[in-house]
Amino acid sequence: MAQLADNDIPAPEPPGHDALVQEIEAAQRGAAQRPGRPEAAPPAPPAPHDEEELQARFDAVIAADQKIEPRDWMPDAYRATLLRQLAQHANSEIVGMQPEANWISRAPTLKRKAILLAKVQDEAGHGLYLYAAAETLGVDRSQFLDDLDAGRQKYLSFINYPTLTWADTGALAWLTDGAAIVNQVPLCRSSYGPYARAMVRVCKEESFHHRQGFDALWALTHGTDAQRAMAQDAIDRWWYPALAMFGPPTRDSVHTEASMRWRIKRFTNDELRQRFVDICVPQAEALGVRLPDPDLRWNEERGHYDFTEPDYDELRRVIKGDGPAGRQRVAHRRRAHQAGAWVREASAAHAAKRRARAAADTAETGADIGVDIGVDTEESAA
Amino acid sequence: MSTADAAQWPLWEVFVRARRGLAHVHAGSLHAPDEVMALRNARDLYTRRGEGISLWVVPATQITASSPDERDPFFDPAADKTYRHPTFFALPEGVEHL
Repeated sequence: MAQLADNDIPAPEPPGHDALVQEIEAAQRGAAQRPGRPEAAPPAPPAPHDEEELQARFDAVIAADQKIEPRDWMPDAYRATLLRQLAQHANSEIVGMQPEANWISRAPTLKRKAILLAKVQDEAGHGLYLYAAAETLGVDRSQFLDDLDAGRQKYLSFINYPTLTWADTGALAWLTDGAAIVNQVPLCRSSYGPYARAMVRVCKEESFHHRQGFDALWALTHGTDAQRAMAQDAIDRWWYPALAMFGPPTRDSVHTEASMRWRIKRFTNDELRQRFVDICVPQAEALGVRLPDPDLRWNEERGHYDFTEPDYDELRRVIKGDGPAGRQRVAHRRRAHQAGAWVREASAAHAAKRRARAAADTAETGADIGVDIGVDTEESAA
Repeated sequence: MSTADAAQWPLWEVFVRARRGLAHVHAGSLHAPDEVMALRNARDLYTRRGEGISLWVVPATQITASSPDERDPFFDPAADKTYRHPTFFALPEGVEHL
């Protein structure tokens, strides 16, 4: 992509970034190295229709820090919790394409435009990985999308805030994707196998999102006074929505206890929020921007930064769809889906036509000549 | 038209060969109307960063899997045959390359 090199100043690696990437890789190695040897397998022999035995077996797998896989028995509440979390997460990726897509046509350079396109395409991909993981639990993804369009399904609150300037794309990526990574890296070790595997892919790609946001802000903070002011203004507006992404404080969270016990989640909302603040402060210093919290300061005793918590009442309102751009986001998603109907219909019709032709050819020649799918047969024959 | 139209598309399991010398490994799944679209979508979904040089897509309904409920009896024949591992046999002191 040499032709896309432009006049930006390359940003250094954001402090704290490499630690998160290493954690993703460790989670991946951890899953791969799980011994498949009989002695490591959970003990209880199966008694397929005995609920207590099945529960004991499930508990043993969780206790041994092994993965639950799609066809394993699992408690109904575990399944319901996973579905709720996967749906909320997948929807956030799908609706989350919008705030930045808003700036694709107005990106300041070809390089930034190409990066933004790649990022938005990734978000669609993340939504699909997660819907695929959710479908292993026996739910159809169209159910999630219908619920989303009907406003029955929630997604991350920050998406309901508008992206007012170009700097918002940078601030949004640096702060909300940064918060997403802190939230999601521990999910690479989630107890549900398909979820954990999807999250490894998601997190690796999120690091690019996070990094490009930092890079876009770096270019602005090393630009003109007006560009610096624009970056600061965007950060002022995105800081608290990013903090709110970790959800209600643990004391008010209705789901934390069960999710932690089942190892779907590994840390409380408050622990993750604190971790995010601790990571952000040195990065903000490197950027030369101010985080909009007068009470933000290092607490020697705790070994963490003290900070002002986000307004949780506002969070609750925004999650319900009351954010400045809430109605717009869902309406846009519905409209885009309807506008794409002809593509889905055409591809279904084309597939049906090809099937019919292949069937006719088979009938005529008495042999299945297969369908030319235009792939390298040498490779595909493997 | 609701999203239910997409639901009628079959589910495909996607396998990716990362590079020459490696086997195809399961990467995930996706919905597509036919195998051509399944391959195209698999490329866009699972190899955006050069993760593969070859893709397989297999209709999920064509995969026959062993049942987790019968896992223990199913794999039991291998459980008590430790002599299939070379470490089963004690070697006299000093014997090498065996």
